Amino acid sequence: MDRSVDPEIAAHHKPGTSTTGDGAEDSAAVTGADGAAASAAASAAASAAAAIPAPAIPAPAMPAAGEARVVARFEIPYRACLDRDGRPLGPLPSFASDVELLRRMYRTMVRARTFDAKAVNLQRTGKLGTYPSCLGQEATHVGVGAAMHPEDVLFTVYREIGTKFWRGVELYSVLMYWGGDERGTIYTRNPQDFPFCVPIGSQLPQAAGAAFAMQIRAERRCTLAFVGDGGTSQGAFYEAINMAGAKALPLVCVIVNNRYAISVPVSQQTAARTLAQKAIAAGIPAVQIDGNDALIVRQVVGEALARARAGGGPTIIEALTYRLGDHTTSDDATRYRSREEVDDAWRAEPIARLRNFLTARGAWNDTEEEALKRACAEEIDAAVKQYLATPKQSTDSMFDYVLAELTPALRAQRDEARRYAQRS
Amino acid sequence: MAKMTMVEAINMAHAWEMAHDPDVVVLGEDVGTNGGVFRATVGLQQRFGATRVQDTPLAEGLIAGAAIGLAAQGIKPVAEIQFMGFIYPAMDQIASHMARLRNRTRGRLTCPLVLRMPHGGGIHAPEHHSESLEALLCHHAGLRVVCPTSPLRAYGLLLASIRCPDPVIFLEPVRLYRFMKQEVEDNGEALPLEHCFVLREGADVTLVTWGATTVESLKAAEQAAAEGISCEVIDVASLAPIDHETILDSVVKTGRLLIVHEAARNCGVGAEIAATVAEQALYDLLTPVRRVTGYDTIMPFYRLEHDYIPSLARILDGIRAVMGD
Repeated sequence: MDRSVDPEIAAHHKPGTSTTGDGAEDSAAVTGADGAAASAAASAAASAAAAIPAPAIPAPAMPAAGEARVVARFEIPYRACLDRDGRPLGPLPSFASDVELLRRMYRTMVRARTFDAKAVNLQRTGKLGTYPSCLGQEATHVGVGAAMHPEDVLFTVYREIGTKFWRGVELYSVLMYWGGDERGTIYTRNPQDFPFCVPIGSQLPQAAGAAFAMQIRAERRCTLAFVGDGGTSQGAFYEAINMAGAKALPLVCVIVNNRYAISVPVSQQTAARTLAQKAIAAGIPAVQIDGNDALIVRQVVGEALARARAGGGPTIIEALTYRLGDHTTSDDATRYRSREEVDDAWRAEPIARLRNFLTARGAWNDTEEEALKRACAEEIDAAVKQYLATPKQSTDSMFDYVLAELTPALRAQRDEARRYAQRS
Repeated sequence: MAKMTMVEAINMAHAWEMAHDPDVVVLGEDVGTNGGVFRATVGLQQRFGATRVQDTPLAEGLIAGAAIGLAAQGIKPVAEIQFMGFIYPAMDQIASHMARLRNRTRGRLTCPLVLRMPHGGGIHAPEHHSESLEALLCHHAGLRVVCPTSPLRAYGLLLASIRCPDPVIFLEPVRLYRFMKQEVEDNGEALPLEHCFVLREGADVTLVTWGATTVESLKAAEQAAAEGISCEVIDVASLAPIDHETILDSVVKTGRLLIVHEAARNCGVGAEIAATVAEQALYDLLTPVRRVTGYDTIMPFYRLEHDYIPSLARILDGIRAVMGD
């Protein structure tokens, strides 16, 4: 099976919207020599007990002296469902008829945005530590959550609260995490999901490892890992996607391209015209999507996850979005981007777009909007109260989880910390 | 019972645990068909299949990171880093994630795994193939660092490491892989971690060491005995956490401490041992603590490596020095 050619992606590819333009040198279908090697690796991974055969590398016919011939071509498809105003660009995916699902996605996006604004305010008033706003990226985050199955495993960076909320992480837990308390990483639902990952890109080798475990046990589930645009510059990103390709791991990697790594724009991060095309070097199918379009996120991630669960290997999805807020509460984005740019990005923001779509279909109205806002505010206030009322952990907690059991030396240090423990 | 080298005992421990625990999986560079560059994993792929013994792409950070993900999913990875000199790309995964996954999730996620690697020099290897970097790892809370020095201890300590609920860095002194043969019973019995091994009892000097320098240390103790000096030789074996108690008990008995290690002296594990003895047994000491270690230089290319590694003569002089001569 040649898993590197994705019929779904190929079918939806619109030549007019391909971001690779028409330059022959970098327009490329994921086929040819790379595809053959990848499928050899996939079949090698599948034949468990047999010795691994050396993959056949087809030798290209020798060109005449001084001539070059093309040995591989690649292209990156771009996909979207809705325009900026929420109008369908064409026939919609079948799940779009599930109005309850769409309403739930919308509610979770609003919930994430409302929580986000509250968290920023809490930081400004000294009640929360540094906090990274997710403003403007809700469609990517919630669309991914809606595409995953509960038994899949999620690896995030640190901004994807929409995905976390969808998967049952409590508002309280996120407040506890950014409020400087490790208990914010205790997830009671989907307890195999990893916590936020701060060192950029370093979650990806672990995500590959989790996917590797699923493949070893022949389970029909998969791993989803987020990475940011800056994270694609890390060696760990390349190492992980390379292994995912070589072993056909059930891993879907979503690159959240929010255009900036703190202050550095993507144009200074890489000369690559898309971040999705970094997948080509790993022999992995890749697609770029409108990350502010919750429908296409849910659809494309869903297709990739289904293929991964069925043993079809990894996919890389670049979701184009925009970080409307500062990098974190410690950042001032006016130092590196213009008002005009941000105003334009606001016109493409994801929540109004989905609301317009739902309203036009008669699936949402102003009364429901008001009720949702009230419900979010009440839920958030309750979570904030609970967070602010939670006493800090005892100093023992620093020692309790270093190793499975306390060592004599750690016990002595624990007792010392107890004697000097600060009250507040 | 078969007589075997340390590398054969390491191989046998892998095989025992793979045969008795279906969750144990071996991964690393060249561990499959090739059986590892030192042959530590030879035959395992043929016996247990290509799913449970897998070659990885050539990326140490990936190997360490993938082992974390595997372990968090309930697989028990035994991963090989080909030489300790190549551990640097893996340090982000080891320090930022492996060491702290249990702590940062309050025990919700853990990563019991073994990261094995050859340790130290003395085999005429190329540049970067002879490093002793245990201090780098011992400094990180949340890791165990284990270093066997004989076939018997390699077998028992590797089994203990695979069964341990914590991540274990398992250092295998290259010089000892085929240094001696010992009878090792394949009985699946683990040895205790966090436990020093007293290799030779003595009354005058406590000689604390680990790794390949146990060989020269035992020789030095033998020769010192001819001079009328009785040395107690302790193989630390578990470098993190350390069994300080055995060392302190011995120092209280002998009143003299000589620490021998191949790694550089500055901020080495020997400094931690000396400081602990100073804190807890200073008045039991008859003479100042001394260290015989690798120098605070770059590990030289191999023509000078035996000038770097503590020699029998240096250790003997160290023993004489703590005796007050």
